Amino acid sequence: MIAVGSGEALRLAERGDADAVLAHSPRAEEEFMAAGHGESRRPVMFNDFVIVGPEADGAAIRGLSDAAAALARIAAAGAPFISRGDDSGTHARERLLWGAAGIDPAGSWYLEAGQGMGAALMMASEKQAYTLSDRGTYLSLCDRLELSVLVEGDPALRNQYSVIVVRGAANADGARAFAAWITSPAAQQLIGEFGLERFGRPLFIPNAERR
Amino acid sequence: MDLFLDALRQALRLLLSGDPYLWRIIARSLQVSGGAVLLGLLAGIPLGTWLGLARFPGRGLAVALVNTGLALPPVVVGLFVYILLSRQGPLGALGWLYTPSAMITAQFVLAAPYVAAITLAAVGSVPPQLRLQARALGASRWQALLLHLREARLALMAAVAAGFGAVISEVGAVMLVGGNVQGETRVITTAIMLETRRGRFATAIAFGLILLTIAFAANAFITRVQQAQPRRRRPLTS
Repeated sequence: MIAVGSGEALRLAERGDADAVLAHSPRAEEEFMAAGHGESRRPVMFNDFVIVGPEADGAAIRGLSDAAAALARIAAAGAPFISRGDDSGTHARERLLWGAAGIDPAGSWYLEAGQGMGAALMMASEKQAYTLSDRGTYLSLCDRLELSVLVEGDPALRNQYSVIVVRGAANADGARAFAAWITSPAAQQLIGEFGLERFGRPLFIPNAERR
Repeated sequence: MDLFLDALRQALRLLLSGDPYLWRIIARSLQVSGGAVLLGLLAGIPLGTWLGLARFPGRGLAVALVNTGLALPPVVVGLFVYILLSRQGPLGALGWLYTPSAMITAQFVLAAPYVAAITLAAVGSVPPQLRLQARALGASRWQALLLHLREARLALMAAVAAGFGAVISEVGAVMLVGGNVQGETRVITTAIMLETRRGRFATAIAFGLILLTIAFAANAFITRVQQAQPRRRRPLTS
């Protein structure tokens, strides 16, 4: 079991270095399946992305319901924004949102960190910058961050996770068993309860299709 | 093997095409590690010279500490510099975190012990009679000391090469305190990590080739210096 960004995970799988992948980058996953690298792909759970930023909110995006409009304001204000810049699922979503805003982000305000979500959030907090984060990583770190959730709830921020069994997996039985387990009622219940105790709300909503 | 050869061919093409993304990062690496070694020289040569020539109680411990500095884990140095420079840290007001200044600071801490340790060994290996004779011939204390350092100059150049070779290839400290920001704090080693993770092997290998070339040049230089030493001329007095 290794934890990497969705882009890296799918590339590992493409080369046969992984048997099963849990990813959250729908477009990249569809390409992966279309190219015939995957044997099956099933939804597992979802949570959402949030735009977080400094309490002072210099770009005045707090409470906006349109994520792309919020990014447009950040760009117009030239407020610092940390991008993952690592082809992860979060980075893919961020680029999608910039596309929706009709903006090609560039300039000294746009920092491409090339690191994981935790490191990008720490950097945003240090620099009092905005960033796009999955809610789970933000919640798990928010005690140590000087950042608030400013924009949430836009359907464009929904974050769907799927499990993919790789075609020709070295351990095909194990991969299929993992996919069957994580979509089973028992595992789905575990997912729905995960984080409830610590954060007062679950970090993921299970949504595997019942078969 | 095909993957590797393909990537290698693409890497060579990238290097020859003068890709600006590549060369900017290489330049930043040279700037950060070069700056760190330069500062390391300023601190390490006086410290090493002093420890090499002075005799005082506790000198053994001080020498051991300097030699331990050679084995400082870069990621731990990065951690301490990060805490020092973070917004709530004692030097947070400088605003250096995630800038090349932070990276130079961390690599300075790593490079200085190299310079000090090699200087220490080098001044120790110059026969002490040299200074005595120079003094007898009317040189001042400082002139005698400079003559001493001049005799050790090859070893000092090796110290530069060793320190540079060590810091330019470390990734832990620069990743933590620099943050791998494109166009600002991305250096060769952090770029290799990112490009490998993105599956862009050709770019990663291009950076790897550059890093290997630098490391090879540094070590070839050290080897030459070491082989030159046994041929050094006899002491001035017999």
